[in-house]
Amino acid sequence: MSADLATYNFAYLDEQTKRMIRRAILKAIAIPGYQVPFASREMPMPYGWGTGGVQVTASIIGPEDVLKVIDQGADDTTNAVSIRAFFQKVADVAVTTHTKDATIIQTRHRIPEQKLTEGQVLVYQVPIPEPLRFLEPRETETRKMHALEEYGLMHVKLYEDIAINGRISKTYAYPVKVDGRYVMDPSPTPKFDNPKMHMSDALQLFGAGREKRIYAVPPHTEVVSLDFEDYPFEIQTFEQDCALCGAHGVYLDEVVLDDKGGRMFVCSDTDHCEDRREHGHVGAMLAPNQEAAE
Amino acid sequence: MSANTHVFTGGFSDPVFQSQSVFRMLMDGMARPGSVHAVEHDAGQPDPLGTAAGAIALTLCDHDTPVWLSAGFSKSSVGEWMGFHSGASLTREKAEARFAFVEAGAALSSFGLFSPGTQEYPDRSTTLVIEVAALGEGQSFTLSGPGILQSKSVEITGLPEAFLRLWADNRPLFPRGVDVILTAGRSFLCLPRTTKIVA
Ligand SMILES: [Zn+2]
Repeated sequence: MSADLATYNFAYLDEQTKRMIRRAILKAIAIPGYQVPFASREMPMPYGWGTGGVQVTASIIGPEDVLKVIDQGADDTTNAVSIRAFFQKVADVAVTTHTKDATIIQTRHRIPEQKLTEGQVLVYQVPIPEPLRFLEPRETETRKMHALEEYGLMHVKLYEDIAINGRISKTYAYPVKVDGRYVMDPSPTPKFDNPKMHMSDALQLFGAGREKRIYAVPPHTEVVSLDFEDYPFEIQTFEQDCALCGAHGVYLDEVVLDDKGGRMFVCSDTDHCEDRREHGHVGAMLAPNQEAAE
Repeated sequence: MSANTHVFTGGFSDPVFQSQSVFRMLMDGMARPGSVHAVEHDAGQPDPLGTAAGAIALTLCDHDTPVWLSAGFSKSSVGEWMGFHSGASLTREKAEARFAFVEAGAALSSFGLFSPGTQEYPDRSTTLVIEVAALGEGQSFTLSGPGILQSKSVEITGLPEAFLRLWADNRPLFPRGVDVILTAGRSFLCLPRTTKIVA
């Protein structure tokens, strides 16, 4: 381990690269929702693994930090485990699965159910940072649209979606407007989590490795999901409660139990679910009276 | 090269961890405008550069960031010290500067010659590091904007006389504009271009 560590710098990136990314992060915070270009580096993992988020985390992390990494809402998926192990190795940093104990949380999709607090940093791994890309493939044009605040076409497209589907069909990467100025892609976060971005106590940083962009939402900043007066923004609702902890009003994943159509819905945020169960909350599946569960 | 040994002394004793520590304070400072941070590590910077300003230079500047110095700093060994320890080159053109360091009491006539970035690339702007007499005491100012819940009160001693007027001209340029870091000895606070300031 020590022999390996000696071959690269703390947190893997060289100091020159960290400085460049750090300057980009400060600019991103000063211009909320604006995509700052940066010279993305090759990381020892494929692009699909969140190299943008990894580079942001590597540039901010220090020995005092406690890191949590989630994929969907879980800490134990391959992607999350690998990134956590990477930082344990290259930065010798403390890790946790508990949202409340983390100083830095790197995420691929979800925002934790537990309200984030002042001083915490949420780092998003972003595959496609440009919310206007589906309208316009040319970077020079999308940059111009952002520069001139030309978001009319975006609204037209969303409205067309309503005309065809009776609603805005986007459930992930639902575009938001930050501090009344820049339209931003929270991709690939489910729109269920969009309201958590609004006036958050935590700093939110977004890193896109392949697309070489960093952007940010400072704490206590307005983040409004795009919508229309006659078609207001709505989040997904779940009729069920979590089968394990009984939580209501949280984001649920469907789990198939057998090949006879048996299934249950459980919290996507595994730490939230475990924490609730530790505090005595019981869902239908785990209820002591099994009849009640059936 | 000057024979002044100050040029070669100083720098961080542990650059990797000390620059990380200073950066985290800067990041928190930009994210929560007006919050006052204190740099623990000495940068060994020559007079009249302050400890926080020296540490910020070592943390953020390098050969990709031309630096502009105010007259008082230009006359000292500050420029050579920064060049030796960070690799940054000096520029006399305000518009080229990625960072500008301004000594305490220097007259500020305008931010206009510094780069506010472009409408397409507002990040290509100058960050000004301005030394004042004290932070956390003195005249009270009220800040609001992103990063601030409702409003925040800060006390500053020795803010340049023209600052509020210049800042009021900077704010409407958004998304273009300069960002400012006020330093006073070991202390600093950040004023990103989004922050509104009322005396
Ligand atoms: Zn649950």
